[in-house]
Amino acid sequence: MSKSGEAERKVRVYIMGQECEVPFGLTIMKAMEYAGYKLIRGAGCRGGFCGACATVYRMEGDYKLRVALACQKIVEDGMYLTQIPFTPANKPAYDVEKLAPSVNVFLEYYPEIAKCVSCNTCTKACPQDLEVMDYIQAALRGDFEEVAQLSFDCITCGLCAMRCPTEIVPYNVALLARRLYGKYVMPRAKHVDERIKEIEEGKFDEETKNLMDASLDVLKELYTKREIEK
Amino acid sequence: MSRIKLIRGYPEGMRESIELVEKTREERLKHPYKETFDFLTLEEREEVLQNHHPDYKREMKRALKIGPNKGDLVPHEVADILEAHSPVNPKDIDLTDIDYESDILIIGSGGAGLAAALWANYSGTKAEDILIVTKLRFGDSNSKMSQAGIQAADRRQDSPMLHYLDIMGAGHFVNDPELVKTFVMEAPFIIRWHEELGVMYDKEPDGTMVEDLIGGLSRLRVHCCRDYTGLEIMRNVIDEVQNLDISVLEFSPAIELITDEHGQAAGAILWNMETEEYYIARAKSTILTTGGFGRLHIQKFPTTNHYGSTGDGLILAYRAGAKLRDMDSVQYHPTGAAYPEAIVGLLCTAKLRGRGAQPVNRFGQVFVNPFEPRDVESAVFIEECYGKSKGVETSTGMRGVWLDTPMIDILNGEGTTEKAFPAMLRQFNRQGVDMRKDPILVFPTLHFQNGGVVINVMAETTVPGLFAAGEVTGGLHGKNRLVGNSWMELQVFGRRAGIYAAERAKEAKLGKLTLNHLVKYEEMLKEAGMETERKSPVLLPEYRGERAISHALDIF
Repeated sequence: MSKSGEAERKVRVYIMGQECEVPFGLTIMKAMEYAGYKLIRGAGCRGGFCGACATVYRMEGDYKLRVALACQKIVEDGMYLTQIPFTPANKPAYDVEKLAPSVNVFLEYYPEIAKCVSCNTCTKACPQDLEVMDYIQAALRGDFEEVAQLSFDCITCGLCAMRCPTEIVPYNVALLARRLYGKYVMPRAKHVDERIKEIEEGKFDEETKNLMDASLDVLKELYTKREIEK
Repeated sequence: MSRIKLIRGYPEGMRESIELVEKTREERLKHPYKETFDFLTLEEREEVLQNHHPDYKREMKRALKIGPNKGDLVPHEVADILEAHSPVNPKDIDLTDIDYESDILIIGSGGAGLAAALWANYSGTKAEDILIVTKLRFGDSNSKMSQAGIQAADRRQDSPMLHYLDIMGAGHFVNDPELVKTFVMEAPFIIRWHEELGVMYDKEPDGTMVEDLIGGLSRLRVHCCRDYTGLEIMRNVIDEVQNLDISVLEFSPAIELITDEHGQAAGAILWNMETEEYYIARAKSTILTTGGFGRLHIQKFPTTNHYGSTGDGLILAYRAGAKLRDMDSVQYHPTGAAYPEAIVGLLCTAKLRGRGAQPVNRFGQVFVNPFEPRDVESAVFIEECYGKSKGVETSTGMRGVWLDTPMIDILNGEGTTEKAFPAMLRQFNRQGVDMRKDPILVFPTLHFQNGGVVINVMAETTVPGLFAAGEVTGGLHGKNRLVGNSWMELQVFGRRAGIYAAERAKEAKLGKLTLNHLVKYEEMLKEAGMETERKSPVLLPEYRGERAISHALDIF
């Protein structure tokens, strides 16, 4: 199969069941592209931040279904690869202005969290290695901070929801928790409000106008001489 | 590739250099890392840029032969999409059969598009009168990938004027002063809006924002949410758009704008990438928030950018007659991953330098101030690797310099990397490298489109009815953007685009829909004697293997 020399190391994978040889060192995503797939779904930021390419794979001879981000995981011999194009997950609409960070909020919008059987499948399904089950349990206790902190690195890929036997959508529960925690529990930055007030009162108007009217030479001098904070 | 033995993620040759880095680390730690190397003067900056920055290679550019920016020098890859045929023949399109009717059409669902949608709604446009269309999944964008953070001059030690000066100086003083002024004055307001939405900014226990000093800044000014800043803000605005039930059409990019008989923008032709049918979307105001062009791989550079960053908005606007600016200028982020191979070109956030990771060469020597603006820092990195040959070469022939990341925990306390850089730590852990114990290898990577569609402070382009915001636009950053100003740009001008587009939609009257601008563009190509088969927008980069492409048949 290889055109350019046998020395080049190849990896044998199965793309949706079809056997393919691809160069060593490619990610799942690049391996599929190498094999001729022009990706539309299942590809996003290609850097591990968006969750579009989260997928499952299996190793030859093993029953276990493993998870990975296709843009991050390097292919190995005997991998069975596929893509997951879409997660049909429930996300109720709410108005954060009218909510409060209480345990009732979770039960009102996501009553199914009460069905959690603590099987930990969600945690095992997380390609970010987050403690998903723990934050669902924290949601049941109404511990907003715990949910917010444990779920913070969530890239909303949807794998936890697809694997949960009781149809919980953990990542949306976490989103609600983080929004209410950020909005109502975290202290506000007073210095931001103070600065806005100063701007509204016109404190900087004159100096800004001077800067805008300044000649290029003056501007360059002001720039060069400005003090850098240590 | 041969089977090279790796020791904690690195081959032996690189390990030897890491030992030199470790040897000099103790000595380097004795001096405050912000002061170990003087800043370059404006003249010295110019010299290193001229000699080593990719933007300054004349042969990598050509003058545009047609359109509002005829004569401007732009990278060949940009000229290739601007000097190309439309993918549609106007005769094949039925403009009388409208699929989507809205007051406001927003093209692109990154940070700018969603700010526009929300603020149009807050300004009185009903959710059902707004349509967001997007090429890939809802919310997929470079916005989600932003790590270091977002700038606003909101500390007492800081001021909007210093922010203004920093922007002008980094941008080589060619920025649009009106845009810059509006930007610095509204930035703190955006931070408060984010707090009200629920964005979890890193804060001290009393609510004071954690802010970083990063390259090109004169004050600690970059707000962050760990190193998932863009993701966290996006999660909030995406949720808000969904809660308000604003319509979103996924996997259906705009492939051309539609104008009316008076030359106003009047919506777009959309293309469903999966069913391959087109839709006509008519709108009284159209907002372009399509992002940048990293996936055009200017000068064959790898990129930090999202899969869909193919500069679509540039050509859509240009065919409709919009003027562009500063398209000669491309941002190469100094610290793209240069190793391991699987993540080459991906971003290693500027915040790493902000928290103490020092760039050093193969011998563990400091050669640059870590806080230069991006273009300057990148040029010095390239000089170190190619001008002075003091970089590290990997087994694939890639060169890079070390970013001494173990310094972060040493300087700020154990656990800092884990807490402040979970994304970075994961990125490298997945490839077998522990950045807390070993330095990481970096080299400049294609990061940002500095220029773009000309807008005014109302986010209006030079085409009536067409607004634009975010990376697709030019002017704010001049010829070089500062860290943390892209996210703020998305919000300040996305918001403004939404507000002014909503205002316009209340009164605008559309005439008959046309594609006259496409007919005209085709004539211009012909008059300029341009014989090409290129079509644009390209929508997605081509990454299929050679054999698959050479054996592809387009027969059904």
